[in-house]
Amino acid sequence: MSVTVKIPTQLRETVGGAAQVQAEGATVGEALESVFAAHGELRGRLIEDGELRRFVNVYLSGEDIRFLDGLQTAVPAGGTLTILPAVAGG
Amino acid sequence: MAAKQLRCRECATEYPLEARYVCSRCFGPLEVKYDHADITDVGEARRRIQSGPQNMWRYHDFLPLEGARPSAHTGLPAGNTPLIRADRLAERLGLREVWVKNDAANPTHSFKDRVVSVAATRARELGFDTLACASTGNLANSVAAHGAALGMDSYVLIPADLEEQKQLATAIYGTNLVKVRGNYDDVNRLCTELSGDRENWAFVNINMRPYYAEGSKTVAFEIAEQLGWEMPDRCVVPIASGSLFTKIAKGFDEFCEVGLLDGGAPIMNGAQALGCSPVAAAFEQGKDVCRPVKPNTIAKSLAIGNPADGPYALDLARATGGSIDSVTDDEIRAGIRLLAETTGIFTETAGGVTTAVLAKLAARGDIGPDERVALIITGEGLKTLDAVRDSFHAYEVDPNIESFEAAFAGQGAGV
Repeated sequence: MSVTVKIPTQLRETVGGAAQVQAEGATVGEALESVFAAHGELRGRLIEDGELRRFVNVYLSGEDIRFLDGLQTAVPAGGTLTILPAVAGG
Repeated sequence: MAAKQLRCRECATEYPLEARYVCSRCFGPLEVKYDHADITDVGEARRRIQSGPQNMWRYHDFLPLEGARPSAHTGLPAGNTPLIRADRLAERLGLREVWVKNDAANPTHSFKDRVVSVAATRARELGFDTLACASTGNLANSVAAHGAALGMDSYVLIPADLEEQKQLATAIYGTNLVKVRGNYDDVNRLCTELSGDRENWAFVNINMRPYYAEGSKTVAFEIAEQLGWEMPDRCVVPIASGSLFTKIAKGFDEFCEVGLLDGGAPIMNGAQALGCSPVAAAFEQGKDVCRPVKPNTIAKSLAIGNPADGPYALDLARATGGSIDSVTDDEIRAGIRLLAETTGIFTETAGGVTTAVLAKLAARGDIGPDERVALIITGEGLKTLDAVRDSFHAYEVDPNIESFEAAFAGQGAGV
């Protein structure tokens, strides 16, 4: 299933400058793996010990996947994943 | 300037002092690093601060600004807020010594003026012409006001359901007020995405964040100076993102490093509302990361469900022997009232959270008999009037003595 993955400015150099890339997979984890297969450098930036790094947020249609099933969250065909750094607010 | 570089708190990668807020290797947050090797004479350093203006720019040497110290007569100078010895509050709680740092006494009535002053000044140094922010309200007021004072355009994004007082006290400054249909974390996500596309906008709490956060250190600097160059034994501080909490400790640490103060950081107690308590929950569970929550509390200025500085707040509370506690909405209302009745200071819901946590720590016996405690009050009660509406009784009388006396009959308050 095809999924759109939006890449933040800070990581676009790892995917040849693209603002978004297409991925394949039934879960968030599978979709990200399919992106890593083409852009290996991205993996280390996002993943540590098999989990998302603690300052990396991934959203499925605007919802933080930590509220869903994390990397196991099912992704509908045509869904959009957005990767963003965690930022403090106020 | 004493600021030398930005350094990643996670992997220590260093970057120049530019508009960058996240490590491109690991996404960790960046923090300003200083070199104060030129401070060799503590007496001289003290005199230099004391001869500065009566606002936070007296600590310019400890802030990440390149230019000369900003004039005391331009912009919207923040800081120099009162530190009040609150003996009646201490007595009520069975404590020896409590000091209230009243940061509602800032230009837009919250501590956010400190962080925005630094972020806006640095933004101008870096060539930005527009300020922006994601806000739970107090930051919105401050960014809009600083934009007006400095002649910069501003865009302020808030959750659409924010208290009316905070919306009015933002829009009046002529900003572009954007009400986002979502909670603060949705607003923050939108702004993080926008900041990648709006390269000439300085989002004070996103791409200016390393500079912005440094402004909070001035709370610690002022407390120390107001106590006669001494530290409190304990600080009780509200936690939303965790930035203020960690930067107050950093402020004390920096003054210790250069010899302006002796000792280590005070015991640090964080305060959260139960309806949005991801950091307090992680503290209680012994975890070192926070699980995000969907906020549901009257303390909207603390309603950040995914607090980015949470891990550092947890480390700090544990390292100093403190804690992070949460209180219910009813305890928050009682906290607002307790502070008002014993000090004459009317604080917003966040201050109710902080005061209620102080009461909780006192009741639990966590505070030693000889401790000097600083309670950090971050905002103004007039901004959250709904929290106290219908919580008291007023007498209504006809304009004559008989009616007045009848109203107080039996209470011994007759004229």
